[in-house]
Amino acid sequence: MASPPPAARARRRRGSLAPYGFLGPATVLFTLFFALPIGFAVYLSLRAVKVKGLGLGSHARTEVWAGLSNYTSALADPELLSGSGRVLLYGALLVPTMLGAALFFALLLDVPRVRFGAFSRLVIFLPYAVPGIVASTLWGFLYLPQVSPGYYLLTQAGMSGPDLLHGNGLYLAMANIAVWGGTGFNMIVIYTSLRALPAELYEAARLDGCSELQIALRIKIPLVAPSLVLTFFFSMIATLQVFAEPMTIKPLTNSMSSTWSPLMKVYRDAFVQGNIYSAAATSVVIAAATLLLSFGFLKLVNKRANGGS
Amino acid sequence: MSTTTAPAPRRTAPALPRKGSAPAPRRTAWTPTLLLLLGAVYCLVPVVWVVTAATKSRQELFTTFTYAPGSGFWDNLTELSSYRGGVYWQWMANSALYAGAGALLSAAVSGVTGYALAKYRFRGRSAVFNVLLAGVLMPPITLAVPQYLLMSKAGLADSYWSVLLPSILSPYGIYLSRIYAEAAIPDEVVEAARVDGAREWRLFRSVALPMMVPGLVTVFLFQFVAIWNNFLLPYIMLGDDHKFPVTVGLYSLLQQGANEPALYTLVITGALLSILPLIALFLGMQRYWRVDLLSGAVKS
Repeated sequence: MASPPPAARARRRRGSLAPYGFLGPATVLFTLFFALPIGFAVYLSLRAVKVKGLGLGSHARTEVWAGLSNYTSALADPELLSGSGRVLLYGALLVPTMLGAALFFALLLDVPRVRFGAFSRLVIFLPYAVPGIVASTLWGFLYLPQVSPGYYLLTQAGMSGPDLLHGNGLYLAMANIAVWGGTGFNMIVIYTSLRALPAELYEAARLDGCSELQIALRIKIPLVAPSLVLTFFFSMIATLQVFAEPMTIKPLTNSMSSTWSPLMKVYRDAFVQGNIYSAAATSVVIAAATLLLSFGFLKLVNKRANGGS
Repeated sequence: MSTTTAPAPRRTAPALPRKGSAPAPRRTAWTPTLLLLLGAVYCLVPVVWVVTAATKSRQELFTTFTYAPGSGFWDNLTELSSYRGGVYWQWMANSALYAGAGALLSAAVSGVTGYALAKYRFRGRSAVFNVLLAGVLMPPITLAVPQYLLMSKAGLADSYWSVLLPSILSPYGIYLSRIYAEAAIPDEVVEAARVDGAREWRLFRSVALPMMVPGLVTVFLFQFVAIWNNFLLPYIMLGDDHKFPVTVGLYSLLQQGANEPALYTLVITGALLSILPLIALFLGMQRYWRVDLLSGAVKS
């Protein structure tokens, strides 16, 4: 880092080094638990084990440089591609449903003269406190025809329910767990930005005889667009990183492979098959894809925002 | 603890009629009310089920109507408590330790980092902030696999430290603290203390920190939930089931239940008990759930 010019140095107040001191703990933690592991993952992704002869004896297995071969085989692995496809389909069901519901409930909470608003808000937010493992366990049981009240009612009516634990029903089953868990949190984020809007904005519209629906569509939704972008962004990232929920549902069905989501594949490669090098390459590919998608999305949003104003 | 130094949380206030809309009749808006209650019912479906299912005995679980209460709650509870010498309660204690200690340290680190990023202009400030935030985008498994291998080299894998240490740094926490510090600590106060000759650390400790307390409680709560609910990191790091948090413990129980369905009643009772502490934390500290910080809607 270049030192500042003498004039600036003279103007530097006492304490100009203080911020660096305050950043010390975060820097140490970031280096040890973010930067170092990421660097190590990249290093491992370029390595491989070479077996000499029959692979017997202590020196028969040595680690060597593997160039990009782990990457070429990771990218050529059809399971990574189909896992990504499954997660994208799951996300396409989940994200619009969840954010649509979150926006809908947030707008309803903001309607004047709603009763039991505090109660509904709290109960819809409650699933946020339930771990993914527990949420999946509860819903997993409720998907079983012997347990589910839905199946019970359908059977009484002489109909048969959809099979949520096999085939394409599994996407619905998985998306429902995430919608249940995430709607309330996103609702609160959107609702708080609605509450931060000045009420005067609506008064003119109300005096002109606009209905609450028109106010919601024409005034409120455009004004909370930044919150919607934020919630969409974080929901998208969370979707790509889904792991605990499919792991929990897996014992209940034979339709869920151990490589259903990309993260599950990395886990299997590393700890079930013991190939940490290929797992590292796949995880670096996933990280790079996530970063690329995120920055692409942010760039698109900024472009829209600048073009619109 | 008091919130007097901070902007009053708006979201805990009941939905007051907007100023100026007084001439409108005070009728209840029934359609929105009913739709919201419908949403609440959907959210309660699995919660009410786990409460009733935890009362069912092994025979009743798959035979009686979903929401019919059973007769075996105390049996389930004693069976769960005696399962492998009470390991379930060890899991709960571990979760409390990981989440409590982790969130406390996380709030401290986030506070001091957020304060520095909010109240000082220095070279590299935005670079530091962006690099920290990019941490949010890292898939947890990209971090956890090499973290596990590095922890193994350091002899720390399968220890309490292996779960606690990586949980401390929270990009979200730093982001929230920064926004909160910007909104809650007026620059004039900092300048005045500096003129009075307060050293920077003392300035932070005795002037800035007390003003940041409500925001840091929020960071603590979010991080407590995040660590309590985390599965991937402890699942990868730990092998000894006496160090499991309750999420990994319940998962291992569920895995065995696939071959031994008798364990299902234990899984269900355990699932119910595991969500009670968080629900209590939720209801008890409602006014500290400042989600508005996330959307940057704080007004100073």
